[in-house]
Amino acid sequence: MTIDSVVRELRGALHASRVRDGALELSLYARDASVIEGKAAAVCFPVSTEEVQAAVRIAVAHGRAVVPRGSGTGLSGGAVPRGSDGLDPVVIVTTKMDRILEVNAEERVAWVEPGVLNLDLTNAISHLGLHFAPDPSSQSACTVGGNVANNAGGPHCLAYGVTSAHVLAVEVVLPNGETALLGGLDPEPPGYDLRGLFVGSEGCMGIATRIAVRLTPSAPAIKTLLADFTSLDDAARTVGDVIAAGVIPAAMEMMDARFVEVIERSLHVGFPPDAAAMLLVETDGLAAGTEAAASAIRSIAEANGARSVRVAADAEERALLWKGRKSAFGAIALIAPNYYLHDTVVPRTRLAEVLRRINDIADAHQLALLNVFHAGDGNLHPLLLFDKRVAGTMERVLDAGKQIIRVCVDAGGVLSGEHGIGLEKTEFMPWIFSGSDLDAQARARCAFDPEHRFNPHKVLPAGSQCGDLRSIPRGAWT
Amino acid sequence: MRTLDTPDAALEAFAREIGPRDPVTPRGGRTQWDVGGAPDPRAREVSAPSGIVSYEPADMTVRVRAGTTVAELDAVLAEQRQMVPFDAFEPARATVGGVLAVGRSGVRRLRYGPIRDSVLELRFVSADGLTVKAGGPTVKNVSGFDLCKLLVGSLGTLGIIAQTVLRVQPRPPAGKWLVGEADPFETRRRLLRPSSILWDGTTVWVLLEGHPADVQAEAASLGPEFRDGEGPPALPTAGRRSIRPSQLRDLTGSFVAEIGVGVVHTTDLVPPRGIDSVTMALQRGIKTRFDPTGRLNPGRSPEGLS
Ligand SMILES: Cc1cc2nc3c(=O)[nH]c(=O)nc-3n(C[C@H](O)[C@H](O)[C@H](O)COP(=O)(O)OP(=O)(O)OC[C@H]3O[C@@H](n4cnc5c(N)ncnc54)[C@H](O)[C@@H]3O)c2cc1C
Repeated sequence: MTIDSVVRELRGALHASRVRDGALELSLYARDASVIEGKAAAVCFPVSTEEVQAAVRIAVAHGRAVVPRGSGTGLSGGAVPRGSDGLDPVVIVTTKMDRILEVNAEERVAWVEPGVLNLDLTNAISHLGLHFAPDPSSQSACTVGGNVANNAGGPHCLAYGVTSAHVLAVEVVLPNGETALLGGLDPEPPGYDLRGLFVGSEGCMGIATRIAVRLTPSAPAIKTLLADFTSLDDAARTVGDVIAAGVIPAAMEMMDARFVEVIERSLHVGFPPDAAAMLLVETDGLAAGTEAAASAIRSIAEANGARSVRVAADAEERALLWKGRKSAFGAIALIAPNYYLHDTVVPRTRLAEVLRRINDIADAHQLALLNVFHAGDGNLHPLLLFDKRVAGTMERVLDAGKQIIRVCVDAGGVLSGEHGIGLEKTEFMPWIFSGSDLDAQARARCAFDPEHRFNPHKVLPAGSQCGDLRSIPRGAWT
Repeated sequence: MRTLDTPDAALEAFAREIGPRDPVTPRGGRTQWDVGGAPDPRAREVSAPSGIVSYEPADMTVRVRAGTTVAELDAVLAEQRQMVPFDAFEPARATVGGVLAVGRSGVRRLRYGPIRDSVLELRFVSADGLTVKAGGPTVKNVSGFDLCKLLVGSLGTLGIIAQTVLRVQPRPPAGKWLVGEADPFETRRRLLRPSSILWDGTTVWVLLEGHPADVQAEAASLGPEFRDGEGPPALPTAGRRSIRPSQLRDLTGSFVAEIGVGVVHTTDLVPPRGIDSVTMALQRGIKTRFDPTGRLNPGRSPEGLS
């Protein structure tokens, strides 16, 4: 079956203007924010669950894989189109499903469509004293559906928990075009927790078409501290010591010298230009607890050699400090044409040592390294800067990345803290999972998508199919 | 080179004991033995090994074998002023594995969230008799599909939980129960992060935890309707309902409800709810793929799946 007939049917089911197969669009949707590229057969923009169902049915009937996509800010290639059986996939983009359907302030729940942008949701409910707690640095661009699919994190997930803790229910379109409601608005929905399994499934188990999210009351007291250090080690030790002291800040972010330099060049936040490392720490809650946590953090930072600890005087200064933290990626363009952002997690007690080793790896590969990351939960984001036009650079970048992941795994860490496995890290899955571990994951996926119609080749390494599934009838042991 | 963590001999022995074939039923402390139905009498009882494998107070994680009692774990964590908010009914008997397999959170869920969110890694024995790891040991992790969520609350019907890594929390420096007669929904609105609000239709019990001055100030803000008291009240155990928190308003009869959460402890038996056919097909798909022969805890199943 040619792609023309697929496109024709999709146009019949959606609207002609919302099914694209022009060369320009196909090339736009061939990538996400990673360095990986794929190829789509067609891109469609449904506006309702019914249209998603129709698009899925058409794609699957024609033997095409389906690749769900939100804003394409993913960093592991999750939304990069890869087909199967030699056929390019149909990409289903959710950005036109962007309505907030219902806000229940008393129950602190909102139903949203998947294409609602993370920050738009928070802005729409802030007058109620509520917010959506997961706050990825990409929050002004990424979708709630993408957050659900990747189980996204963000600076404030340190205290508030990652996306999974804020999703109560998900309506999902399955590969057969049917919809299932996973989870519920009550605390103990019947059956297995399929909601929990779906969150973080990276588009491999269906497309989320409606999501019930938990809304979090904003705290009355907030303290934002900026501590600057003359060594990365001292900053890393401070992180460990704060956690060890039983203080869980709302957020604890680390920024290194190169980051500070880059930000100051573009934004003039007032970061000390000669700092070797800085910690941006926020505590919130009620007045006394917030004050006590802030002073504990200050003393721990000072005991570890902080040169200065600045406390944001008001909301404006706090916003400026956070803007500095969250605008990292735009600013980086000023100093290097390309970057590769890694995402691993190590135990918080190993931070200082692992950072040193990552630094050595970058040096050995003659690559500039920049660190800006969620230090409070040990979630590293080493960022390698490069110019891919220079011959041989990409190989060095990939090799350095592989060694960085290895160092983190050897320190008792994991492959990804928030960006997901996507296409990027499937080959490393055997570093942390045995064959039977991967087999169990494949079985879970197959319950949703036995023929791997949704986002094939993602998350699990090749070979972890539903292959060794034996279909023995229930009760066969008797 | 591969590093797949240090093997735990006790786990391997447990996997061998379970083996690949006959029906087994995991036994913890038998404190929630009736949940999900009676096990098939032909099933062989197995008990997970116990003991704390490693504890990193500075990283706020603990690796513990599933047979460890909640009380034993709590005692070790308490020495470092830390805790896991399981709040089991009978901590001296209840085991970590049992609490997770049943998946019911304690009365402080309002503040600390459901117990599933404390689980970072699970090791379970599969229907094939193999040890399987789900999740990972760090406090944040999206490497692979989240099978931990699937196992918590699965009543041992997808795999037998053998070991887990839990996220621990600082123990709050102060806490107090207040008792009064007030509108529990209004009470909730006035508090930032109450640990628990319980209501029996007349009396409200509130648990405040945190910095002593904040606890004091929030307690005072509740006004003269509330006085220091004992909590939690005795919870009826005959039935347990799960409803939307806003529907708690309409409750009648004899109950203790968890305000803001939606769990209702009642003196009545609560009939199981059904599951729609599409979702049911997924639920059954999971079960048959994890346990093709139905040997894992036959006779028992999570609500809606029997
Ligand atoms: C500058 C920058 C900073 C970032 N900072 C953070 C951060 O702090 N924390 C963090 O967690 N991430 C961060 N990210 C990564 C990214 O923004 C998140 O993963 C985000 O959740 C992706 O959302 P998206 O809408 O762009 O999804 P996409 O990139 O479009 O898709 C991501 C994955 O989700 C799937 N998917 C999308 N929508 C659906 C749906 N409705 N149903 C099923 N599957 C779906 C896709 O198939 C794909 O596998 C950052 C990215 C950038 C570029």
